[in-house]
Amino acid sequence: MSRPASSLRAASLILQRDLTLAFRRPGEWLQPVAFFLIVTMLFPLALDPELSRLRALAPGALWVAALLSSVLALEFLFREDGRDGTLEQFALSGQSFAWLLLAKTASHWLLTGLPLAIAAPLAAVGLGAPASAIPGILVALLLGSVSLSLLGAIGAGLTLGIRRGGALLSLLVLPLAIPTLVFGARATAMAIQGEPAAAPLYLLAALTVFGITLAPLAAAAAVRISLE
Amino acid sequence: MSWAWFHRFGSPPYFYRLATRWVPWLSWPAGVLIVGGLFGGLVIAPADYQQSDAYRILYVHAPTAWLSQMAYTLMAVAAAVGLVWRMKVASAVAAAAAPIGASFTAVSLVTGMLWGQPMWGTYWAWDPRLVFQLVLFFFFLGFIGLRSAIDDVSRADRAGAVLAIVGIVNVPIVHYSVTWWNSLHQAPSVLRAQGPSMPASMLVPLLMSFLGITLYFYAVLFYRTRAEILRRDRGAAWVRELLTGKGKTA
Repeated sequence: MSRPASSLRAASLILQRDLTLAFRRPGEWLQPVAFFLIVTMLFPLALDPELSRLRALAPGALWVAALLSSVLALEFLFREDGRDGTLEQFALSGQSFAWLLLAKTASHWLLTGLPLAIAAPLAAVGLGAPASAIPGILVALLLGSVSLSLLGAIGAGLTLGIRRGGALLSLLVLPLAIPTLVFGARATAMAIQGEPAAAPLYLLAALTVFGITLAPLAAAAAVRISLE
Repeated sequence: MSWAWFHRFGSPPYFYRLATRWVPWLSWPAGVLIVGGLFGGLVIAPADYQQSDAYRILYVHAPTAWLSQMAYTLMAVAAAVGLVWRMKVASAVAAAAAPIGASFTAVSLVTGMLWGQPMWGTYWAWDPRLVFQLVLFFFFLGFIGLRSAIDDVSRADRAGAVLAIVGIVNVPIVHYSVTWWNSLHQAPSVLRAQGPSMPASMLVPLLMSFLGITLYFYAVLFYRTRAEILRRDRGAAWVRELLTGKGKTA
């Protein structure tokens, strides 16, 4: 080692590593998207297949499915690295732990949140949304999934060492995700109705910025506690 | 300015003895005030001209709703103090406060539902305040669930503290978002109906009930904190001395 690497450099290395590992096992990160699409498919079957009525339910169906799918995907965030000791090495590396976890969260979002946001317009059109709503839905899901990944990182960090922590994880994360759900679903509804959705999108963006600022610190504290 | 008086609270034996002394001083006034407040509220106070007798559940509903939010704040502050200054007693207070807070939240929700049925014609309405109270209930459940899932007490304390701090940062955002969410819908007009300003015969029992239930909260909190401290320090010498009732013989 000729020179100490900066935290930013270490973070980008972790990002590359995570993406490389993930692309060797594509089955894993495709599951949450498949889950999302299945759940949105269940709504028309359970309710009423008439498109005009589905259109009114589409924002709620999309966002509930997105929330559930993102909670499901949190299992992949820290579990493997926690089990094989990689996270402990990160903690001992002397680099800013928050930066490293932010990198892990970013790679997790690229692998689960981004596909979700790309799949969402498809599901929305299936639920009767007009094509003109696609940009609004895409932006809402992009912003919302970032903030869900960040909140999820805190929950996943807290439940890291706990066996069968899945139900607990949803109990911890879902109440925190309520603002994202409210603003995201509202933006989606406005986009589908053809209204300008800027106001809820700004609020969603504010939540995301707030999350990027503070959530990695909380996640770092949580993972450190779980590692002991 | 010396902080010695504050640091003494960090000593489990000191806090245990303090709590033991305070529990009766809190419980008796709490009992008297609650009985007095309920008698005043249920028997003496006149019926409301709009809501007739149904409003009387206010004497339980309002104090528990207020206390549930105070309990969450207290729990988060105590947990944060325990996390930052490694003060074991503060973590014990937070652990003891969570189930009480959850119970008060549940009572306020149930009494609110019972009040809602005759007044609004429905047990539940998706009013921001109701939703917020429900979310608060889930915050309490999450804190209790996380603590109980971790076997090691000190790790459970710190993990719970991180969750409580994240939760309390989120409380204003959740509050704002649910208010914003419903303000776009039509607000239920019944909820807005302003009753008449309260006459003293209604207000005095309400204040008594408020004070009594607050004192009751602290009495139970001290009582549960005592148990929590004993459970945590069960191996310590001072607990053995306390239980055998002897000084240095053990």
